[in-house]
Amino acid sequence: MTKLDSKIPEGPIQDKWTNYKNHIKLVNPANKRAIDVIVVGTGLAGGSAAASLAELGYNVKAFCYQDSPRRAHSIAAQGGINAAKNYQGDGDSTYRLFYDTVKGGDYRSREANVYRLAEVSANIIDQCVAQGVPFARDYGGLLDNRSFGGVQVSRTFYAKGQTGQQLLLGCYSAMSRQIGKGKIKMYNRHEMLDIVKVDGKARGIIARNLVTGEIERHSAHAVVIASGGYGNVFFLSTNAMGSNVSAGWKVHKKGAFFANPCYTQIHPTCIPQHGDQQSKLTLMSESLRNDGRIWVPKKKEDAEAIRAGKLKPTQIAEEDRDYYLERRYPSFGNLVPRDVASRAAKERCDAGYGVGTNETGEAVYLDFSSAIMRYGKEQANIQHIHNASETKIRELGVDVIEKKYGNLFQMYEKITADDPYKTPMKIYPAVHYTMGGVWVDYNLMTTIEGCYAIGEANFSDHGANRLGASALMQGLADGYFVLPYTIGDYLANDIRTGEISTDLPEFVAAEKEVTDRIDFFINNKGTKSVDYFHKRLGKVMWNKVGMARNAKGLTEAIAEIKEIREEFWKEVKVPGSADSMNPELEKAGRVADFLELGELFARDALLREESCGGHYREEYSTEEGEAMRDDEHFTHVSAWEYKGEPADAVLHKEPLNYENIELKTRSYK
Amino acid sequence: MSWLKQTFTSSIGRKFAMALSALFLVIFLLQHFIINFTSVLSEKTFNEISHFMGTNVLVQFALQPVLIFGVIYHFVMGFVLEIKNRNARAIKYAMNKGSENSTWFSRNMIYSGFVIFLFLCLHFYDFWIPEISHKYIEVLPEDSTRYFGEMVEKFHDPLRVGLYALSFVFLSLHLMHGFQSAFQSVGARHSKYTPAIKKLGTLYAIIIPAGFIFIALYHHLTAL
Amino acid sequence: MSTANGLNLTLKVWRQKNDKVKGQMETYQVSDISPDSSFLEMMDILNEKLINDGGDPVAFDHDCREGICGSCSMYINGEAHGPGREITTCQLHMREFKNGETIYIEPWRAKAFPVIKDLVVDRGAFDRIMAAGGFVSVNTSGNTQDANAIPIPKADADKAFDAATCIGCGACVASCKNSSAMLFVSAKVSQFALLPQGKVEAKERVLNMVQQMDDEGFGNCSNTGACEVECPKGISLDNIARMNREYMSASFTADKK
Repeated sequence: MTKLDSKIPEGPIQDKWTNYKNHIKLVNPANKRAIDVIVVGTGLAGGSAAASLAELGYNVKAFCYQDSPRRAHSIAAQGGINAAKNYQGDGDSTYRLFYDTVKGGDYRSREANVYRLAEVSANIIDQCVAQGVPFARDYGGLLDNRSFGGVQVSRTFYAKGQTGQQLLLGCYSAMSRQIGKGKIKMYNRHEMLDIVKVDGKARGIIARNLVTGEIERHSAHAVVIASGGYGNVFFLSTNAMGSNVSAGWKVHKKGAFFANPCYTQIHPTCIPQHGDQQSKLTLMSESLRNDGRIWVPKKKEDAEAIRAGKLKPTQIAEEDRDYYLERRYPSFGNLVPRDVASRAAKERCDAGYGVGTNETGEAVYLDFSSAIMRYGKEQANIQHIHNASETKIRELGVDVIEKKYGNLFQMYEKITADDPYKTPMKIYPAVHYTMGGVWVDYNLMTTIEGCYAIGEANFSDHGANRLGASALMQGLADGYFVLPYTIGDYLANDIRTGEISTDLPEFVAAEKEVTDRIDFFINNKGTKSVDYFHKRLGKVMWNKVGMARNAKGLTEAIAEIKEIREEFWKEVKVPGSADSMNPELEKAGRVADFLELGELFARDALLREESCGGHYREEYSTEEGEAMRDDEHFTHVSAWEYKGEPADAVLHKEPLNYENIELKTRSYK
Repeated sequence: MSWLKQTFTSSIGRKFAMALSALFLVIFLLQHFIINFTSVLSEKTFNEISHFMGTNVLVQFALQPVLIFGVIYHFVMGFVLEIKNRNARAIKYAMNKGSENSTWFSRNMIYSGFVIFLFLCLHFYDFWIPEISHKYIEVLPEDSTRYFGEMVEKFHDPLRVGLYALSFVFLSLHLMHGFQSAFQSVGARHSKYTPAIKKLGTLYAIIIPAGFIFIALYHHLTAL
Repeated sequence: MSTANGLNLTLKVWRQKNDKVKGQMETYQVSDISPDSSFLEMMDILNEKLINDGGDPVAFDHDCREGICGSCSMYINGEAHGPGREITTCQLHMREFKNGETIYIEPWRAKAFPVIKDLVVDRGAFDRIMAAGGFVSVNTSGNTQDANAIPIPKADADKAFDAATCIGCGACVASCKNSSAMLFVSAKVSQFALLPQGKVEAKERVLNMVQQMDDEGFGNCSNTGACEVECPKGISLDNIARMNREYMSASFTADKK
């Protein structure tokens, strides 16, 4: 059994990273020119890593399945990016960001990594501004901040509702500069289908050109996986359609441990599903919960009438509404953390109070009417309108709301054709982010030597739950400021290796494995499309491995996923040919991997007999339905070693030691 | 001067030059209209100004060549750009609704331009060629009172008046887009004055061609 | 499951095997489409049907399906991203269409955007224009000056942001009668030209990016304004005017030949 060595440097937490940097090996510029690095994925983590490594002098080969590196799903992040700049003078510091992140993660993350993340966060903002990222500014010309859930300071930098896009365009610009110089060779519309190990070290990948179908061998001295999260195992999520686990899963199958697969973040404010043909869920920004009140009817018969379309929400009297978050969590109210808000919505809908008029019936109201009246009265006072009529007050209030959330309201109306100024929005939780991922040490190296994982693809710094505006921070920190140091320490041993030949038997073998699998898909005489299986998997995952889990459901899920997987390999039908663009073939490969991950995911959830962050086990909760952590038995990272079938995977535990932060129970009552 | 060539063969450089020639032609058109309009008011004034324009050295040997260059450049480059632009899309759309996002005249500058080109051929045949031949080839004695009569005579023919009027309609369509477009091409755009430029352009595009039609009709009808 | 208000539609879709062969419009029928479905979900239904009937599904670019990645790119009923303003194809919903309607679906048409398959085109020209100058030449070391060292007037920062919202989908090229890429290039040029960090190399940037744009075979701008109308992010023609200014002044004043 491999012992997991997290390689955390010695010394006090605030000196670890500095000391580390002072003592690692460096590669001189002439030698960097002789070293190749492969980066898979071009989101914030992959894009920033590719650009930084190329600037340092390495030859970078970057891969993305999209038609341009600029389209990676980091682009969809709306809210902002955290950084401990303390520009607002409200008491923020590196330590506070570190503390908030560990606490927000429900004490399931590695202290040293999180501290480093907080430490480099300020550099990210400096860097991005220098690159021309147009962050929001105030009238004095300085950067503006907003606050986000779960913290008491304003440390979130933003670019309207497009922070992710603007940051990614920053990375893409930096990449473009290196592509123009020839230091990055960009492989758009390429998908990594396997990693190649030579003498135990990661030495290359097998990739498919998605336009011509050609299978290509690419060699390098190190391979960086930056392929994002695996939320699409649920079929419906806020992830992009192409987001997949395959790169991470391939390295897992070749020896990289997969950590905490069951940690999934479910975002409470998404637009509910409208029907079976839905392909994708859309997130509404968390900021809406600042002014919106969440409720369902108090009486079951009202909820039933609404679902049947016989009653409108505006017809329900104030005393017949159940503002359940305000009822259950009086001190935080509608602003409880994401996991708590999501579970509460599910609890109400499961109890029969859901208001979805769609086929699924699952939805709760997010109501702005009291905010509209409150702002309206305020405006009437400001404008010295005495005895303003109710209509006038409403009108004034709508103006205020429109200024604050206009674009979100418009987006909602475009999708649902309902006017949220007149009738409450309907929302429901949806899968949004995965905290779990490929296990990495302090150097971000996986358990395969020379194979790194960064960004959402690794098991990350977020523990069991991620705070808002921290995903962007982690992706850029890994790529710009951490990996460029840690990878040098490893590559310093490779300066005499020379170019890796792609004719090595290991490349031949890996390529054969890939082509065999593709040939199987193309030649299989199945009867059902890839989506058929993906949807079935998604249903099992959502119903039994979703927001609330229990031993019975998880055990059933493990068996059902196995069944679906077996049927998939018998019955899947992939049209078209292997030697041309074939989106169905791409999907087939990805879903095959999801079908294995799904089972491991459920096993991980079954074995973690506690509730923490995004992982909620019904058996481990208080009488009021609050999560109960078990620090005695589960203060560890669950890292899984691949042994063939997911059922045979071996669990390794990396204990988490809290030397700087005391473990406490999170309470929002 | 490779940078200069580079500049004026680039897409933006070409548009810039198109816009400059257009703005010059807009000014030329305005003065041409004012002079012509005097013919409605006073035969004597018209003859005097025409004589000045026809004999002044500066006008004849400095401004006239610039004008001819401007006209030729604007036409030739208009067609060159049109061909390039057509080549930039090898396969056309099976269904295209240009009217949903742009005006008819902005999309069809080449057709309005082509009609204006044909008109100019006729116009040169009518006035400019006889004029040049009168002055520089046959070298006939100068007569400062001949201009009004020559013009009125041309407008006897109802077919010619009709052709002129039709051409001016196309000139109007061309200007509807061209006037404000020239400002955009040279980068003169600001929320403070662009709305005014657009309004002025529309007024210009209506008043000037309508005025020319009026002049032609006036002389046709009064001479009957 | 049949719904009372399901739509039955005739689709005319461009089919082309690859960049080497000719393509043609093909006609398909889809039935009982929910008006709440997005346009791409309707395409998913068509593809599911084609697969089950043993046919080849229609290839099209799509990814985030929330209007931000810029992948989706369909010319629907004669307009880039279909009817509706400031939306991408993935944000178009079927309630915009009437029962029994015929819908034309074509790829972006431009010589600089060759068709790869069916509705998928190669927009690599945009990436090459970016590589020619769409960046600020600072290394990503993190050792730059503090982010607040240079105040930027809010008006400039806002304008730079508005230009930066471009998602690079190519609708401007597709809807321009000349297949001109001026709106895309000018948005990038403007973003950097408006910020002090980008001003340092603004002249070289605009010259290089425009040269690359011309080399890619895009047409010339004739100011019809179609791009601005069809742009899913509402990028303004102000940017094109700004680029015209920037380019001409850089031509006469830059050190670069």
